[in-house]
Parts: sequence; C-alpha cells; structure tokens
Amino acid sequence: MWHSTKSHDKQVIFCKSTAFLFVQGMGMKLNTSALESHRLVIGTSDELPNGFSTAPSFEIPNTTDFDCFQKEAIQMVKPAKGTTTLAFIFKEGVMVAADSRASMGGYISSQSVKKIIEINPYMLGTMAGGAADCQFWHRNLGVKCRLHELANKRRISVTGASKLLANILYSYRGMGLSVGTMIAGWDETGPGLYYVDSEGGRLKGMRFSVGSGSPYAYGVLDNGYRYDMSVDEAAELARRAIYHATFRDGASGGVASVYHVGANGWKKLSGDDVAELHYNYYPVEPTIVEQVMVET
Amino acid sequence: MARYDRAITVFSPDGHLFQVEYALEAVRKGNAAVGVRGTDTVVLGVEKKSTAKLQDSRSVRKIVNLDDHIALACAGLKADARVLINRARIECQSHKLTVEDPVTVEYITRYIAGLQQKYTQSGGVRPFGLSTLIVGFDPYTNVPSLYQTDPSGTFSAWKANATGRNSNSMREFLEKNYKETSGQETVKLAIRALLEVVESGGKNIEVAVMTKEGLRQLDEAEIDAIVAEIEAEKAAAEAAKKGPPRDT
Repeated sequence: MWHSTKSHDKQVIFCKSTAFLFVQGMGMKLNTSALESHRLVIGTSDELPNGFSTAPSFEIPNTTDFDCFQKEAIQMVKPAKGTTTLAFIFKEGVMVAADSRASMGGYISSQSVKKIIEINPYMLGTMAGGAADCQFWHRNLGVKCRLHELANKRRISVTGASKLLANILYSYRGMGLSVGTMIAGWDETGPGLYYVDSEGGRLKGMRFSVGSGSPYAYGVLDNGYRYDMSVDEAAELARRAIYHATFRDGASGGVASVYHVGANGWKKLSGDDVAELHYNYYPVEPTIVEQVMVET
Repeated sequence: MARYDRAITVFSPDGHLFQVEYALEAVRKGNAAVGVRGTDTVVLGVEKKSTAKLQDSRSVRKIVNLDDHIALACAGLKADARVLINRARIECQSHKLTVEDPVTVEYITRYIAGLQQKYTQSGGVRPFGLSTLIVGFDPYTNVPSLYQTDPSGTFSAWKANATGRNSNSMREFLEKNYKETSGQETVKLAIRALLEVVESGGKNIEVAVMTKEGLRQLDEAEIDAIVAEIEAEKAAAEAAKKGPPRDT
C-alpha cells in the first residue's frame, strides 16, 4: 500500500520558502504541500545535512522500468467508477440522484449502497469511485464546514466547500485516491453545483453525471432538461435518467434515489427499485399469439 | 537549535503581563487615530505629525487598505504595523483562494488579533506595539463595521473609537456627541473628534472614507473645507449660546 509521506494538516518538514508566506494562524492555510516534490527516497540515510530527518520510506522493488511499474501500481489501486450519479440545477434548486450498486469486477457486492452523502442539512455529496475514499473525505468535509460555521458565524458557501475538498484531493494526487463527486447545495447566492475529482479537478456547472453509467444518463438528462421545471418534473427526469443508465450499464443498479436541495435544505424525494421502475415505464402487455402449437 | 524558547512575556506575581502593558504605553505615545461608523460609511482619521521638509509625504501613508473593501489605521510602532499589515494582506488573498469569497471584517480582525496574541505567548518575541482600527464592509451583506485590536490580542466592534495620543479625550467627545449619521455627517463627526486633540488644518489630519464602493482618501483641500465648515458651525453655536442681546 502506498505510504503517505506527509500529513496534510501540519507544517511539512520539507518547506519551500513559499510555504512560509501562508501563516498558520487562526485562518485558512493554503495547502501548498502539494507543490513540494514527493520523491520516494531511494536509500536509507535518515539524516540530511541541515539536520532535517527524512520521511520514512520503503525499499523500491527491483524492476527494469520503474516508471511503468509505478503507473501500473496506481492503475491497480484505482477502482473503476462503477456507478451512476447525476445532479442538475433548475429553477427550484438542485436535483441529485444516484443508483445504489457496488460492484467488484463482475461481482455485485451490494445493491443497497448510499451513494448520496449528507454533508450537512443544506449540502449533499455524491459518491463515485472508491466508496471508502468518498465516505471518509465527505465526512471530513462536513467537519470542516461545521468548523467554518462556528468560527465565522455563517454557513460556508458551496463554492468554499467544494474548494476545500478539491484542495485536499489535489494534495493527494497520484496516491491512488479515487473520488468523482458532485457537491450540491443551496447558499446565500442560490443553488450551487460543483464537480470535484481525485485528479484535483473542480468544475462549476448546471448539469453533471458521473460514473460508468453517465453516458446513458446524460442522454436522457440532456434531452429532457429545461431550466423551469417543477420539482416533480425534475425528480421524474432524474429518476428516468438513472433508470436508463442502470438498464444498460452492468455496474449500476439497485435503487434509484432522488434528492432535492432547496432554500431550506435537502429532502429525499424517492428511492425506487429500478427493476420495478422498468415495469412502470414498460408495462407487460399481453402479446398476440401468432401461432399455436397444436397437438396432431 | 538556538535558545529561542525563553519567554519574554511572563506573568507578574499579581497577574499582570508587563510586556503587554508596556506595549499599550507605546500605543499611547503613538499618533492619534479615530474611527467612526455611520449607516452607510465608515471614516478613519489619523493625526499627521508635520512632515520634514525634505520628506516625500506620499510615502508616509497612515491609512492603508488590506483589500478592496477593508482599511486599517493604527497607532504605535509603525515598523510593527508594516509587518502586521503585510501578513493581514496575505491572509485576505489566501482566504479568497481557499473559499472564493472576500474576507469579512470580523474575520480579518480576528486574524490580526490572533497574530497579536500569539506574540504574547511565544518564546523569544515581544508583543506588537500597536493598536489597530479596522473598518470595512462585509461582502454580500454590505454591513459597515469598525473594529479595534490591541497588543494583548483582544478585539471588539465599536460604533466609534479612538486610539493613540489623547485617545481618552477623543473617546469622551465621541461618547457625548455620537449619533447615527450617514455620509458627510460621519466624516464631520470623525474630524471634529480629531480636532479636539490635534491642531486644526488639513496639513495635520489624514482622513479616509470607506463606502461599499471602496476606500477614498480625502485630499488636503477637501479636509480644509470640512474643517472650515466645522469652525463655522462652532462659531454659530457659540453665538447662539451667548443669546440674543438682553433688553435692559
């Protein structure tokens, strides 16, 4: 397993002069630890000339092509994001929906995973990628948001919350975290939706879908989207998009949950088994028998 | 490592932090500064000691901004002020980078006060020898605020306050004459308070006005004009007090 060569909340031992500019006071400290180069220390010397001790390291395996080996190792650790999640902003707020299947390769490990994470009463996060990574970092984000509220006597904005998460994920870039999440919420400036991933990317937008089923969900979502829908219409669109993704994508399935984020916070609207949804949309009709087998 | 762990600020037997109190003395010797909050403006005024003939007066700015919507004036050691202001300016931008929002006045005041407090509880350093008056408008809500910090690291919000030389008399004046004002009236109140302890004239006062559009430094001519208005009002008030001539 990759050993983390630094802790991300304290002062890093290897500091460039730029890191000192951001004073660790009561305020925010820009996480510049990602700007330092983490070279795995080859060799066992623990003391550097200035009296700094190096971070603990492990022995590097003997391969001909170390870079290729590194890339392969990262690919092995990074699970494919087998899921379908989507979120979109419309007139009445943000609609967030997801499936509930967890798969390990071809094996369905669970049909009842909560992929919409409640960060706090007015912000939701979606889970795609590594379940543990998403759950842990969303929980951590919830802590940071609460601390911000307590210190500043006002709620953190969706912009701020997504930025905090993006900065954290950026500082763990290349270490095998797998997170493809959307932060949806309602703040002073109205509804907000951001896509944040473990490569450190952060995008603001009106419609997003993440996961292996997202192409199918986008097809339905982009086709049926209008800004001025009612809450019910938007919920139905979200539900249908998830259903169609679960129909075609093997890694998505289970229950389609739909949440709505409005001015007063989020509310779970529905959680329908996609198999039942299938028969709702395409009810079984008695087919006309064309030929009957007759006993001769 | 060198022995930087000897604290300079230690408690006295009767519970005083003498270094902090001496720092407050240094503040009391600094130039007078006053801040007044109105409904839609906040005004900072600072006493300007006469500049030497060869000195370029533009390089001696006493009221500085920390960001587009926050300004600061201080009394005390000017070199300490420079260091504190630089750190505060960096924090304003760092906050914008991490939460994509400008700082609120309370946040940056809390940061500066926290910094001042840290230097009363660290090894090998002395406290900052200055008190600051911080004014500004909060983003989005556009509420005006005035805060004061001091060398001990405490801070609080004020409707009007003064610090530096003769701050007590200025504060007394403000307590007697403060009322909710807006626009030019707030500016006049600030200048009147300053004139209690400073020689009158635009050469000796520096005034800056913060509105939700930003900070504006008043130039000498403007200040002279307002001072003239104030003197005229004072004279009129004197005359009225004397009363109409009595009938014998």
